[in-house]
Amino acid sequence: MTDATTSELTPDPVLTAQPESRVWKKFRSHKSALLGGFLVAFFVLIALAAPLLPIPDPAATDWGAVRKAPSWAHWMGTDEIGRDVMARMIWGAQASLLAGVVSVGIAVIAGVPLGLVAGYFGGWTDAVISRCTEALLAAPFLILAIALAAFLGPSLTNAMIAIGISATPIFIRLTRGQVINIKSEDYVDSARAIGLPTHRILSRYILPNVLPPILVQATLTIATAIIAEASLSFLGLGQQPPAPSWGSMLNTAKNFLNQAPWMAMWPGLSIFLVVLGFNLLGDGLRDALDPREH
Amino acid sequence: MVLSNLTLRFKGQENDVVQDVSLRVRRGEILCVVGESGCGKSVTSMAIMGLLPKSATQISSGRMQISSDEWHLVTDRLPAALRGNEVAMIFQEPMTSLNPAFRIGDQIAEVVQRHRGGSRSAALDRAEVMLQRVGIANPTQRLREYPHQLSGGMRQRVMIAMALANDPQILIADEPTTALDVTIQTQILDLIGDLRDETGMGTIMITHDLGVVAEIADTVAVMYGGQIVEQGPVEEVFRNPQHPYTIGLMSAMPRLDRPGERLAIVPGTVPTISNMPDGCRFRTRCAFATSHCATRPQLTDVAPEHGVACHYVPLEKHVVVSA
Repeated sequence: MTDATTSELTPDPVLTAQPESRVWKKFRSHKSALLGGFLVAFFVLIALAAPLLPIPDPAATDWGAVRKAPSWAHWMGTDEIGRDVMARMIWGAQASLLAGVVSVGIAVIAGVPLGLVAGYFGGWTDAVISRCTEALLAAPFLILAIALAAFLGPSLTNAMIAIGISATPIFIRLTRGQVINIKSEDYVDSARAIGLPTHRILSRYILPNVLPPILVQATLTIATAIIAEASLSFLGLGQQPPAPSWGSMLNTAKNFLNQAPWMAMWPGLSIFLVVLGFNLLGDGLRDALDPREH
Repeated sequence: MVLSNLTLRFKGQENDVVQDVSLRVRRGEILCVVGESGCGKSVTSMAIMGLLPKSATQISSGRMQISSDEWHLVTDRLPAALRGNEVAMIFQEPMTSLNPAFRIGDQIAEVVQRHRGGSRSAALDRAEVMLQRVGIANPTQRLREYPHQLSGGMRQRVMIAMALANDPQILIADEPTTALDVTIQTQILDLIGDLRDETGMGTIMITHDLGVVAEIADTVAVMYGGQIVEQGPVEEVFRNPQHPYTIGLMSAMPRLDRPGERLAIVPGTVPTISNMPDGCRFRTRCAFATSHCATRPQLTDVAPEHGVACHYVPLEKHVVVSA
């Protein structure tokens, strides 16, 4: 195709499609990704709508309805002090999603700039940042989060900070690797050849091109962070009672598994579904953003 | 622009990758630097642009002069304020030389704003003018497109538009046509020639293709193993090549006027940089080499401005043709 004549022809819809819409098209045709997106959207929706839904106060106790099985009055049953399990599950979604998003936000905000700097400048900067990253990665994710949360003191905020710090090295390492890849691309050389300053090259030429894998990793890490928050709350290091959280609901429920299995089932199922949702969504995004597949 | 006595090596290596290279480009002139892969031609152009990483390269001598400004390359490099402004560069691979994340209009506008300031819309107007000048139809629409929507030839035109957006005095083109097919190649060469005529910029074109040299160059510098072995006006060098390597290259070129003839080859391969011989670096492959060649020949003029780095120039006086 010669340059001069192309414009006279009818533009090819595939060629002229914007990259965003091509990604969207690929994403839409990915069934499990859609399912993941639907699950995530469902939980986000009930978490946001919690104050508006016609459900009982999640902290209101009812000594006349202790450990009642699911019924018309309490769709998901009640717990050991008569609180409505569905209400607690819905409000617990808030804590879980918030913990997932905020802690991954912390990890991205701290990890991506460090990875950019380490990957782009190399040398001593890289050595220092990479050794610290490896030291953090040497401790298992959950153990590190538990240790940090115990150190900071039990609260949902501290749990989010602890999970965020534990997840930071993942993003440092991923970003650094991507930057090392991208910085040898010709367009980075050509950015230097047009005299752009380093901060501009980092922000306009490197960062946008390392974002897709970071987005995928962030989605998948939200799932991990939600499990971590549930674990911390289960251990009493996260959301503090009486505020509802899936992890602390499970902790209480474990004492009544024989008498009131629904108490464990609903929060367990919720964790399972929301984590599955984020994982499917992340996989779908990875496939949709992967330039190698058509 | 004058580059004198550039010598540099990569850190941790014993031999210079570029040795004592001097180049001169006048206004409106196209200088082609030819040589095989790894002969140091690209490194030289990167050194001129100041793009070699300081941590990995060591420049032991070299001066560069553009108009009245002068730099000692051992300590200084071309300031970023001049890159893309006074001196611009286009690269070999148009497919990968544009940032895939931004529209091409934004990318051209960025160079304009970086060096000339002004508003974004003024910069975008300039980008549109430049696209028009490099022969892209529908520039208004193209400005809003992403690199992946353009063909290789068009992307190279965009690169040229970007390079010339600030009216540079010097354009360095590192194999700008190697990645393109032959018809597009001719179009791009014609475009560079036309723009040279329009703007009077000096051009350094790096290539390994003697066909390109013949088509576009005013002067030519032949490099081998990091040294310039022959340089001069293009007609003179093509008519009367004097260095054994240049002669080898010329006879290795297919010619339409001698169909069916077997092509000559330059025997052997280029030694790796750590195995480069002392003195004349071509001597391991040269049919005429003697022990004398272990000392380095200087560029000697055999005709006005036609320099050859060989102890045995003019060759016809030294070589006895045996029957």
